Amino acid sequence: MTNPFNTQQGAEIGDRLNPLVAGSGATDRGGRAPRTVQTADGRVLLTRRRRSFGRWFADTGWRHLIGVVMLVFAAFPLLYVLSASLNPTGTLVGSNQLFRVVDFSNYVELFQRPQQPYAAWFLNSLVIGLVTAAGTVFLGALAAYAFSRLRFTGRRVGLLTLLLVQMFPQLLGVVAIFLLMSGIGEIFPQVGIGTQSGLILVYLGGALGVNTYLMYGFFNTIPVSIDEAAKLDGASHAQIFFGIVLRLVAPILAVVGLLSFIGTFSEFVIASIMLTDPQTQTLAVGLYQFVSQETSRNWAIFSAGAVLAAIPVMALFLYLQKYIIGGLTAGSVK
Amino acid sequence: MSNTTPGAQQPLLAPPAARPSGPRTAARSHAQTVRGLLIKIALLGIVDAIALFAMFILVMREQWLVFAIAAVVTVIINVIYLRPGRLPAKYLAPGVFFLAVFQIFVVGYSGYIAFTNYGDGHNSTKEDAIESIIANSLTRVPDSPTYRLTVVEQFGTYGFLVTDPDGETLLGTPEQPLEEVDAEEDSTGKAVSVAGWTSLGFGDLLANQSVVVDLSVPLSDDPNDGALRTPDGSSAYVYTSDLVYDESADSFTDTTGGEVYVDGGDGAFVNEAGRELQPGWKIDVGFENFQRAFTNEDIRGPLLSVTLWTFAFAILSVASTFVLGLFLAIVFNAPHMRGKKIYRVIMVLPYAFPGFLSALVFLGLFNEQFGFFNQVLLGGASIPWLTDPWLAKFSILFVNLWLGFPYMFLICTGALQSIPEELSEAATVDGAKPFAVFRLIKFPLLLVSVAPLLISSFAFNFNNFNLIYMLTGGGPRDIEAGVDAGATDILITLVYKVAFGEGTGRDYGLASAFAILIFLIVATVSIVSFRQTKALEELN
Repeated sequence: MTNPFNTQQGAEIGDRLNPLVAGSGATDRGGRAPRTVQTADGRVLLTRRRRSFGRWFADTGWRHLIGVVMLVFAAFPLLYVLSASLNPTGTLVGSNQLFRVVDFSNYVELFQRPQQPYAAWFLNSLVIGLVTAAGTVFLGALAAYAFSRLRFTGRRVGLLTLLLVQMFPQLLGVVAIFLLMSGIGEIFPQVGIGTQSGLILVYLGGALGVNTYLMYGFFNTIPVSIDEAAKLDGASHAQIFFGIVLRLVAPILAVVGLLSFIGTFSEFVIASIMLTDPQTQTLAVGLYQFVSQETSRNWAIFSAGAVLAAIPVMALFLYLQKYIIGGLTAGSVK
Repeated sequence: MSNTTPGAQQPLLAPPAARPSGPRTAARSHAQTVRGLLIKIALLGIVDAIALFAMFILVMREQWLVFAIAAVVTVIINVIYLRPGRLPAKYLAPGVFFLAVFQIFVVGYSGYIAFTNYGDGHNSTKEDAIESIIANSLTRVPDSPTYRLTVVEQFGTYGFLVTDPDGETLLGTPEQPLEEVDAEEDSTGKAVSVAGWTSLGFGDLLANQSVVVDLSVPLSDDPNDGALRTPDGSSAYVYTSDLVYDESADSFTDTTGGEVYVDGGDGAFVNEAGRELQPGWKIDVGFENFQRAFTNEDIRGPLLSVTLWTFAFAILSVASTFVLGLFLAIVFNAPHMRGKKIYRVIMVLPYAFPGFLSALVFLGLFNEQFGFFNQVLLGGASIPWLTDPWLAKFSILFVNLWLGFPYMFLICTGALQSIPEELSEAATVDGAKPFAVFRLIKFPLLLVSVAPLLISSFAFNFNNFNLIYMLTGGGPRDIEAGVDAGATDILITLVYKVAFGEGTGRDYGLASAFAILIFLIVATVSIVSFRQTKALEELN
């Protein structure tokens, strides 16, 4: 469920981006409600309600109990993999003693295996992810602008098609993609099977399907009067799009770009059939082989690789969260 | 904000003149139009250059149909961007181009493959199959004469420059049968070099040994005449095939035993005993793949159980994550609770961790011999979490609960907080108990807003390839099944294993037939659910 190539995540973010839906962040500043008491000389004092432990537990205490259980449930596997990555014995069974030793030798060895070029995988994943994200945002924004601002025959059908295409992930056509790219590779080896540029092209094929509908919704929240004012000033449609609209929808561009990056980063199926040379592979393909071949012996090295691989994605994700909860409508006309 | 704007757009956004606010003079506007025009022409020029290059190669390869399509598409693109007006097309063309090639065409192509026997042993055309059958059965003709040989190379293609026993010099490649050429000869009369080709020296031969010994250069256009092969790079011998192809009868005759292999109609040459010659070729088989899937006992059984598990997995995953997420949302929806932010951040972590890595981490945790769960939590038990059919199903649902509950927690929290407080206050004033308020007021309202997300969550899990493939690989395998199917395989992993699996041969036709099946199921589910959620009515 964490694969962000899904539509649900996008829809959820769309909901949150939409200023009409009450954001959840606003009511977060909870804490125990202070009660104000006015003293005889007119000063206002803050006092806390005093409650017995029993009442406290019945009211909020049990919530903390559940919270602690959930913290362990949620965080344990992550702590485990972090601990395993710092374990110098390197095996699965050695990883069971959490944080007994802290040692960075696995991280060093990770970059010294010629058969498993982790550094190359990392770089490949970053490059493929960034290029795909940029292309997805660009293609999606163009299409979303057309659907949001222009009226033309086939617009409704086009929107319906987008809605439907979202339901069919690209990996369903994996056999056809493999054969198509093999065929293209025979004529144009530069973009055929085994090339990263070919893989990016395939991913861009999914660009419109994944998040254009989400962008379309956000474009609709930007008042058309802005476009019209610019048009009266003599701006061309390209100037309006690149100079004005794209800036106002920058939040959704960032969100879609990050979602696309994270999705590409985790994509395994198409990458695994397209890229066979270890030097060209991505982290998802490479790390899977790491574990599937010799699970136990490679465990600590894999853990180190997993921790490093997760850092950019988790950092982006947490950044994205802040982005969404923070005032996204800032910058638009109010 | 500008640092998150994708690089591709940066140059277009950068100039200050493009700011929406600020004074706008006619000169500036004019300068911008010219600049925009220049950018447009430059981009279109790049696209046209690539298209022309592609079309040139297509002509060289005599791919006329693809060439025609490429030409038409290029013309359309140029018309769209050079003719004024038609704004929607200008904005939609780039995305639609990629969508058409890699999504819509791919769906159609899957449909076509499902009606062929494409796969291992049926990869190519009948002509190719005939050639490779002959090439595969080449044996050296006993006591055949020696051809003195110089291996030559041109643009990466290797050729044989040979001097036949009569002293004539001939040149040929694996694609081009031997033809007479004028070549330079050394003192012994052996041809050593020919214009336009580079002769390979001893060192080159050594470096390309494996390629050179695999070369076979046909003697003539008729493959039955045999071919020249070399064991050492300096002399070549005539090899002929035991199998002789008779074009008029469309059959192979084995010269050693006299057996006749005829085109059996299944894309392969077969003899009377039913033995097939490999490789075969690709033919259209109509509904045979679907027929096999639904009538062949060895495939139908596994397919049925895989389909049932796919539904069970998707439904149970959505249900379990939703129940836990909703429960947590209610628990943490208390205004007077401290530390909610910390709980929230840590509980969202599983969602932020890349999904494929989570599955692999749990692979280690669940390991039967050395895993943390068996060794530490259960004190050295050896419970087969991932290798017992039912426990593996449970483990997968457990991991998916871990992966998915944060998302449900987030959306349920959002939905709960968007329900106006007045509703529950009014109900409380009317004497409703808290649980009744939740059951009769909050829950129905919540369902309205999260139902579409639950449906898309179902659709996502229906094809949740990464989790299944990384955690169990679909295993434990059902050894009686006629396809490589296991207890935890869902339809999409089955497609992948049938198409690219290592255990059994690749069968693209059958895999595509399964993929079409998924298409139909997903389409049905989405059409029904769209009707239910009235998503279509909101379109304007």
